[in-house]
This record gives sequence, structure tokens and C-alpha cells, in this order.
Amino acid sequence: MGDVLGIVAKRLGLGLLTLLIISALIFIAVELLPGDIAQAVLGQGATESNLAAKRAELGLNDPAPVRYLRWLGGAVTGDFGVSLVSSESVTEAITPRFKNTLFLALYAAAIAVPIAIGLGVLVALFRNSLFDRVANVLTLTSISSPEFFLGYILILYFSVNTGWFPSIAKVDPDMGMAERLERTFLPALTLVLVVVAHMMRMTRAAIINLLASPYIEMARLKGTPAWKVIVKHALPNSWAPIINVVALNLAYLITGVVLVEVVFVYPGIGQLLVDSVSKRDFPIVQACCLIFAATFILLNLAADIGSILTNPRLRHPK
Amino acid sequence: MEALESWMPLLTTLGKGALVIAAAVVVSIIFKALLVAVLPGEGAKVMRTAPLTASFGLFIILVYALAGIFAPWIAPYGEAEIVSTSFAPPDENLILGADQLGRDMFSRVIFGARNTVGIALLATSLAFLMGAVAGLIAATRGGWMDQVLGRSADVIMSIPSLIFSLLLLSIFGSSMFVLIIIIAIIYAPRVFRLTRAVAGDVVVMDYIEAARLRGEGLWYLIRKEILPNSKAPLIAEFGLEFCFVFLLIAGLSFLGLGIQPPTADWGSMVRDNATLISFGEITPLIPAAAISLLTVAVNFVVDWMLYRSSGLKE
Amino acid sequence: MTDASEHKDLLLKIRDLRIEGYSDESWVEIVHGINLDLHRGEVLGLIGESGAGKSTIGLAAMGFTRDGCRISGGSVNFDGIELTKQSKRDLRKLRGVRIAYVAQSAAASFNPAHKLIDQHTEAPVHYNVKSRVDSQEDAKELYEKLRLPNPQEIGFRYPHQVSGGQLQRAMTAMAMACRPDLIIFDEPTTALDVTTQIEVLAAIRDIVEQFNTAAIYITHDLAVVAQMADRIKVLLKGDEVEEADTATMLSSPQEEYTKSLWAVRSFRKPQKSRPEASSSEPPVVSVDGVDASYGKLKVLNDVSFDVYRGMTVAVVGESGSGKSTTARCITGLLPPTKGTIRFNGQELPSSYKNRTTDQLRQAQMIYQMADTALNPRIKICDIIGRPAQFYSGLNGAPLKTRVEELLDLIELEPSQYYNRYPPELSGGQKQRIGIARALAAEPSFIICDEVTSALDQLVAEGILKLLDRLQSTLDLAYMFITHDLATVRSIADEVVVMKEGRVVEQGPKDTMFTPPHHDYTDLLLSSVPEMDPNWLTQLLEERGV
Repeated sequence: MGDVLGIVAKRLGLGLLTLLIISALIFIAVELLPGDIAQAVLGQGATESNLAAKRAELGLNDPAPVRYLRWLGGAVTGDFGVSLVSSESVTEAITPRFKNTLFLALYAAAIAVPIAIGLGVLVALFRNSLFDRVANVLTLTSISSPEFFLGYILILYFSVNTGWFPSIAKVDPDMGMAERLERTFLPALTLVLVVVAHMMRMTRAAIINLLASPYIEMARLKGTPAWKVIVKHALPNSWAPIINVVALNLAYLITGVVLVEVVFVYPGIGQLLVDSVSKRDFPIVQACCLIFAATFILLNLAADIGSILTNPRLRHPK
Repeated sequence: MEALESWMPLLTTLGKGALVIAAAVVVSIIFKALLVAVLPGEGAKVMRTAPLTASFGLFIILVYALAGIFAPWIAPYGEAEIVSTSFAPPDENLILGADQLGRDMFSRVIFGARNTVGIALLATSLAFLMGAVAGLIAATRGGWMDQVLGRSADVIMSIPSLIFSLLLLSIFGSSMFVLIIIIAIIYAPRVFRLTRAVAGDVVVMDYIEAARLRGEGLWYLIRKEILPNSKAPLIAEFGLEFCFVFLLIAGLSFLGLGIQPPTADWGSMVRDNATLISFGEITPLIPAAAISLLTVAVNFVVDWMLYRSSGLKE
Repeated sequence: MTDASEHKDLLLKIRDLRIEGYSDESWVEIVHGINLDLHRGEVLGLIGESGAGKSTIGLAAMGFTRDGCRISGGSVNFDGIELTKQSKRDLRKLRGVRIAYVAQSAAASFNPAHKLIDQHTEAPVHYNVKSRVDSQEDAKELYEKLRLPNPQEIGFRYPHQVSGGQLQRAMTAMAMACRPDLIIFDEPTTALDVTTQIEVLAAIRDIVEQFNTAAIYITHDLAVVAQMADRIKVLLKGDEVEEADTATMLSSPQEEYTKSLWAVRSFRKPQKSRPEASSSEPPVVSVDGVDASYGKLKVLNDVSFDVYRGMTVAVVGESGSGKSTTARCITGLLPPTKGTIRFNGQELPSSYKNRTTDQLRQAQMIYQMADTALNPRIKICDIIGRPAQFYSGLNGAPLKTRVEELLDLIELEPSQYYNRYPPELSGGQKQRIGIARALAAEPSFIICDEVTSALDQLVAEGILKLLDRLQSTLDLAYMFITHDLATVRSIADEVVVMKEGRVVEQGPKDTMFTPPHHDYTDLLLSSVPEMDPNWLTQLLEERGV
């Protein structure tokens, strides 16, 4: 086990390092801004004295490394500074929205993951059948469609034409669970459609890859029935690829969520990011980017560690 | 009865959908037969075994290419020309109606094929140039250079591409030039990683060792020994990357941060006309469908190419 | 024996078996009407070169075809049951209980996620042949019978925790779990080293005899099949060549093809000896006290030997002995951590990157796998032409003439091969192109790395003869890396025996092949199967097993 712990610790360290580098990148990116933040806030017409006052207020007169450390220190303790536009605390603006986004992503994942893996295994089992070919065309079509296309189609049919679900996913904190689930059904379904397609294709590839192993042929030659070949021989070895598929797609949800939130006017962090980008509200943009990147890295890290922990060769060293 | 009524639009749509699929199948069959007849020996042989999805994809790509190249001659109006009132319904002059400023939807869809696809192609090509060259060098040289390039690619890839592009666009603004550069920088690491992997499989071959031991230089190895053996997966990868880039640009434009007005672009056209959806109009879906259709077409062709290259190996 | 038992004990009767494989969008027949009879307790050897259809027939005897294959005609009758007409469910039960399979690579065929014993008990428990506890006890007994170390505990390990030879025996034990009537052995020792092979062969033979199990033993190795089989059937490209009991088959084969298979081991080149000590000519290559390591792992330890002009030094050893690593040190791909490589008395820079073009030209290499040694996307003329162009600056017409000369030299008609690509050629032809590429550099020294081990015996024989002829005409020095002692016997002048990164023994071939030997050389030499059917029995008696 010592071996495994060592590898896991190494991965964790590497993940942390990546996050650190990315935080620096995000910080430096804003540094590259033509002019500086004070200029961006006050606009071209600002007088020199106004600019100087703004710079002092924002602490822009310190050298870049000092400002980076101050920003990073704040970020670690949950303080992302204040919005340039509204002068409110960035953390306060982000927290409720981040919760909403997380809710939407988990909602979509809860539906998508079991369906996708189930269907992925099925198409792998019946590969090259008509079912597989139709599924191939459908999933290709789905991953080829931008989220806003799927989103508007769903709105058109399930909201405008039939009135089954609301087209605008308005939620507020006091809303009951059932109502919340109904209000967010269409955005969640949009995400599900895209993610299921991706995940199914990857699961299929992973399982087919596995079924070509000699030990699967051996199991068949031992007279093992088909379901047992899958459950007992293929599944224990497919955790690593499946975990990777799931993590990769959950990470994909992060990107998808931004567009879907805009389509359904959902008060999430993606919507906030887009608004802040057009308003050039850099503290919020930085904070959102850092949160998205951290989630992304965390998911990949979880997948890495999951694959290590389920690898029989590493679990039972020589 | 009421329940049935609420189902009706869905049912009619499904019926229309079936018709569209039938038409697509017919077109694919005809186009495939045409290609088999027109192409010279080897090409005809390849096409004969191609699935219908592939010939459909090729057909769509061809149509888009023609629309893009000949846009000014096909489109009845200019892309920024105001010809009617805002949201004017379709009539014999404006077959798809007018947009929020009264410009001809149909003309703008046609010009979109030139602008949206053109920018995506440019960005993909640039990403490919950077990523593939770096990947080939990294695989062939190995050592510290490989390590440094590999680690840098890992870092860039651990930021979701949409988020990263939003960050950069918020800083540098959304000019077309900036957009292309940013997207190329974001996608180059993905191309790098794949090229590195493909070339990595080739580099371990004994014939590469033999060439190295002969004293051959880097460029000879890449050009003569590695590239000819990596071509098929790289071409397929170009198609895949194009799809990603295309969808990203469409997404950015949809968010209002990509291609800027008055340039006709499918993503921003969806955004600009989105309000029509609540009136049950499908107009804003047309440019979205145009994006989807091209991506599907490219994916169909890539899927076929990947299947062929994996099948030929065995 | 066949006649006497024909009526009562027939276990497997295959008639006019035809199997098709799917390739290039159509079904192609790959097994053309094979007949086969197997009696209870009898072992039938199926032998043939690659593409003979041995494994396909073996699997068909279980009513199984791989993906992309199908049985298109004929009958497979197992103990009165027609396998081609059984339902999948009944077939599975037969495979679980009455017919078992032992695969070539046990390491890949055991599921990495489960303990050996759990895989062993799977079929007996599933088909209610034995309870889990009984089956586990039985497994331990079988492990003991198969002389596995620690039979009580070894089953509770995972596949990657057990060595290759042990896994192969554990797989044989697994096949025995339900005491089947028939076992198919599909090249069970091909992936093993010779010294390990002996143990596995002996174990398999004992257990099959003990339980009176019938077996089909598939292999390409004549000497191995001679030890294992009562009868031998020779196959060629999906057709039967001939069949007879083992002794008859070995002593008086009828068909030309079989005779040619038997004859290949007879090639011997006359042995040469080193130049007189008085002549001042230095060895072409001199390896002197070389150490090398991969990272922290030390793989070569004080390796020294010389190769003289016009002579062949065979470097022998099992996998992991450091033969190929030595070659990498000589070519400069792996710079030694200690010691020197000298070429005609002159010390070479340790990395190939620092060597001059002429130094690189002098030493050439021929690889084991011609498939990976030739770039599939480059024409033959360019593959062979490039070294000539690179080193001698030839171009245009003189280059073409030179390439044609080289093709002549390797006995391939220039006009036919000049413009072709490697994937269009057979294995033997590709290997010849590899040789031509080495010759194009006009070297004085060639490293031949297992050049014949991927080839069928007849083709390999042709390559060895070609190499021998080229050596005498061009006065080349060869370093011949091989694990196959038959090859050493036919082509070597001197022999270097390696084990675990060290040279165990070296000297002229005739001294090396006559006792007394170093212990390891002795073990290695005595482990090479011979055509004599009694060889294994005698050897085991000598070793006192």
C-alpha cells in the first residue's frame, strides 16, 4: 500500500502545483491589460489625479509579485476582493451563484452518468448491430450541436409549444426542491443530451478495448456466460477507464454550463462570468476562472487517483 | 383531446424529421454514386465501401464550401444591408424573413458560411501548425524539450477552453485577429498532445532507430520517416479539432464575445434573434442548425476515416 | 494403436471442417476441409508454420471461433455431440466442464483483477461440478502435482505476482479443474525461455498422462511436439499435409513439405578460427569491460568480447540476459557507464551522436522484426538507396545501379521489387531488404538481432544461408544475437553466453558445444528440445526430477 500512497501523494502535489501555475497565469493575464485596471475602470477620459487615486485605492502601486501574493492569499481564504463595477464583495456575489451552478451540474450528472454508462455498455455489447449504428449517428449529432441549439429546440417544443416546462429557469434560495427541479429541468436536460452522447461514446470505446483482452477470451473459453464475463471479468478492470470517462465529462459540464445558463437565464456563475467579461469586471472574471479551473483540475485529479486505487497491480504489489 | 393537442407540434415535427432524414438518405445515395463514378480508380474504390453517413458528410461539406466561396453571388442581399423592417416575416423576397435590424436572414446565413467557417478554419490551421510542429519535434528530440513542452501543454489544457478564452477576450477585446490567435493558442496544446502521441508510436520503431544510427538529422526524420506514418490520424484530428474550434467560436459569438457585428455570423445571429423563440418562431434556430449540420458532417467523415485507419491496421 | 481403438474410444471426430475469415470486405476460406480423429487419453500434435490454421482448428474443436471467423462447413463431433449444431448455452457448459483451453500467454490470459484460485474455481462452481471449498482444495493438489512452489498459498496471489512459467502451469491446473475429457494446448511454451519451458513441458505431460486426458497440442516447434504427442498432424495454409504417429513421422515423413521441415536443422557453416596471434590485425569490434544501466537499474556488468574480421560471434542468453543491451552499447544508443567500445583498435565515442559519419557507416544493424524495421511508407528503392546516397553521395543513375546490385545480392529480382512498398512483401523478403539496407552502407560489421526468430523455419534457413554467403564474399564480421541454440550451431564461429548482464562463458563454437561446460551453459544447452521423442524423459531422469 505504501507504493500507492506515494503515487497518490505525488499526483496531489502535481495537481496543487498546476493550480498554483494557473493562478499565476490568470493573474498575469490581467497584468497584460493594455494600460491598467484603473484606466479600464475610469475610461480614456480620466484625469491623471483620478487615475492615481484609483490606483492607490486598488493597491496597484505595489510591485506585481506582492499583488499576486496578496490576491492568492485572499483567494485561499475566500476573499476575492471587490467588484470594479458595483464595489461589492466578489465572494458575496459568487457564492449563491456558485451553489446554483453546482446544483445544475449535479442534477445533470445524476441523470446523465447512469444512463450514459448503461447505454455505453449496451452499444459495446451489441457493437456493429443496427442499434449501435443508430446510436452512433445520434450521439455524433448530439455532440455536434452547440448547447444553445439543443437548448432552444427544447424551449421551443417543451415550453413554447406545449407549455410543459418554464423556458426561463428562475430560481431563488427559498424555493422547494420539487419546484427547483422542475424549473431547472430543461437546462439540465440540455446538458444531459450533450454529456450522455460524449460519455456513451467513450464508455463504448473503453469497453470494446477491454473485450479484446486475452483474459476475456479465456473467460469465454471457460464457458462463462456472457453476463458474467461482463460483470466479473470486464467490469473490475474497467473502473479506471470509466472513472476517467465520468471525470472528463463532468469537467465538460463546466464549459457547457456557461452557455446553458445564458440560454435559460439561470442565475449561475457562468452567467456572471459572461456578464463580467463584457463589463470588464476583472476581479470577478479572475475569481470565476480560478473556480472553474480548480474544479476542472480537481475532477481530473480525482479521476487519476481513482484509476490508481482501482488498479489491481498497484493495489496488490509484488 | 387537450393532451393530444399539446402533443401535436411534437408529432408534426417528428413527421417532418422523418421526411428530412429520408431526403438526406436519398441525397447521400445519389452523391455517393456520383463520387464513385467521377473519382479516379483509387478514390472510387474507397468511396464504394464508404457508409452513407460519410457520403452525406462529404456532400454537406461540399455545399458549405461552395456557399462560403461564392457567398456574394449566391446571397440576394449584402450581409449588412438593411432591406426590410425588423423581424419581417418571410415573403417571396426574403425567404427566411428579416432579422432584428431588418437585414435578410437568408443572405446572412450564406455569408455566415464564409465568416464563421473561415475564421474557424484559420484558427484551426494556426493551432495545427503550432501544435503539430511542436509535437513532432518533441517526439523526435525527446529529452528536456519534450518535458518542457509537455508540461506547458498540460497546464494550458487544465483550464477549460471556453473559460480560458473568455478570460483572454476580456483582456484583449474581441477583434477578429485576437480571436484567431487566442483560439489557436488554446487549441495548439491539444494538437501537440495528439501529434506527440502519434509520432511517439512511430519514433519507437526500429526504422527510426536505423535512420538515427545512420546519422540522419531532425528534419529528415520528421519529413521522410515520421510524417508519412502519422498522416492519417493527423488529418482525422484536424477534422475533430475543427469541430471543437467551430463550436467554441459559435459559443463565444453566441455570448456576444466572438465575431462582432455587423459581420454575419451564425452564433451571434442566434443570440440576436433569440427572442423570436418565445413566439414559436424557428428563425433563430436556422443559423444554429447550420452550425450543427456542418459539425455533424465533419464528424461523420472523421468517424469514417478513423474507422478506416483502425480497420486497415488489423 | 489408431486402428485398435477406432471404434470404442473415439472422443473427437472432425470431418471436412471449413472455416472462413473476414478480410477486405469479404469472407475468405482459411481452413479447407480438415479431418481429425482423437481418442480418449491420446495427445495429437498439430504443427505448422504461421498461417497454417492450427489455432483456428484448435478453437473450432471447442465449437469456438474468434471474432471475424466462422465455421462454414463440415462437422465437429465431440463424444457424440455435434458442436456446430449446439446452442450457445450448451456449448458454454461443454467448454466449462468437458473441454478446456490453455492459451499461449498465461500472463495476458489470467484476469489481473482476480486471484489465481478464484479464476480456477469459477467454472467448477458455476457448473456445480464441485463446491468452492472442494475446488480450492483440488486446486492446491493440482498445483502440487504441477510442481508449483508453495502450492498451498500460490493460488491466493494475483497473476502479476507470479512468474510466466508458473502462470502457465497454473493455467494448466485451471484447465484440469473439472477433469475435462479434452484440453487444447495452444502454443503453451512459446513465450517462455528454454530453461523454463522444460519445467512446463514436463508438468503438462505428467498431468495429462495421470488423468488420461486427451489433448490437442498446437505448436510450431517440432522438437517440442515430439516430446508431447502420440500422433502428429502437419498443416500448411489450412490444409493437411500428412498425419502419422510420432515415431513414424519423425523417422520417415512422406511428403516433401514435411521432409523440408525436418531437414532445416541440418545447415552448418564450417567453423572459422581467429587470425594467428602473430598477425597484428586488431579485432573489428572490441567490447572491453562494459557496464551499462537503465536509470538506476544496472543491466550490464563487465562485459568483454572481441569480434574479428570475417567471423561470427553468437551472443546467446535468455530474455533479460543483456544481449540486446550489449548491442545498444555498441551502436551508441545506450552509452556505457564504464568500459570502452573499440573499432579496428580505435576507441569510439560512447554516444552515436558524437560519432563520425564514417564510424556510423562501419557498423550496421539488422533487426528481429522486419515489420518495424522497414518504414512501410517508403519504397524499397529508397529504403536501400538512402544509405548509399547518404554515405557515398550517389545520385541518379549510379544510385539506381547500386540499388539493383544490392537487390541482386540479396537474391530479389530488381525489376520486380524496385518500386514496391514493404507491406507488399512477405516476412522473409522484408528481412532480405533489411539486410540490403545494412549492406548499402558498405559496413565491416553487422549486428544481427534475433534476425530469424520471427520467421518460419524454412525462411529462416534461407536467411542464414544468405548471411553466410555474404559474409564470405564481403568479409563481414557478425555479432549474432539469439536465444536459439540451433541457430548458434549453424552459423557461429565463436559463442558468448550471457546471463543477467554478465558473460558467463565464451569461446570457439566447438569447445562451447563439447563438455565440460559452465553450469549455466550446461543448463541452457541441455534444455534445448531435440527431435528425439525420448529426449525429455531422458533429460528428466538425468536431472533426477
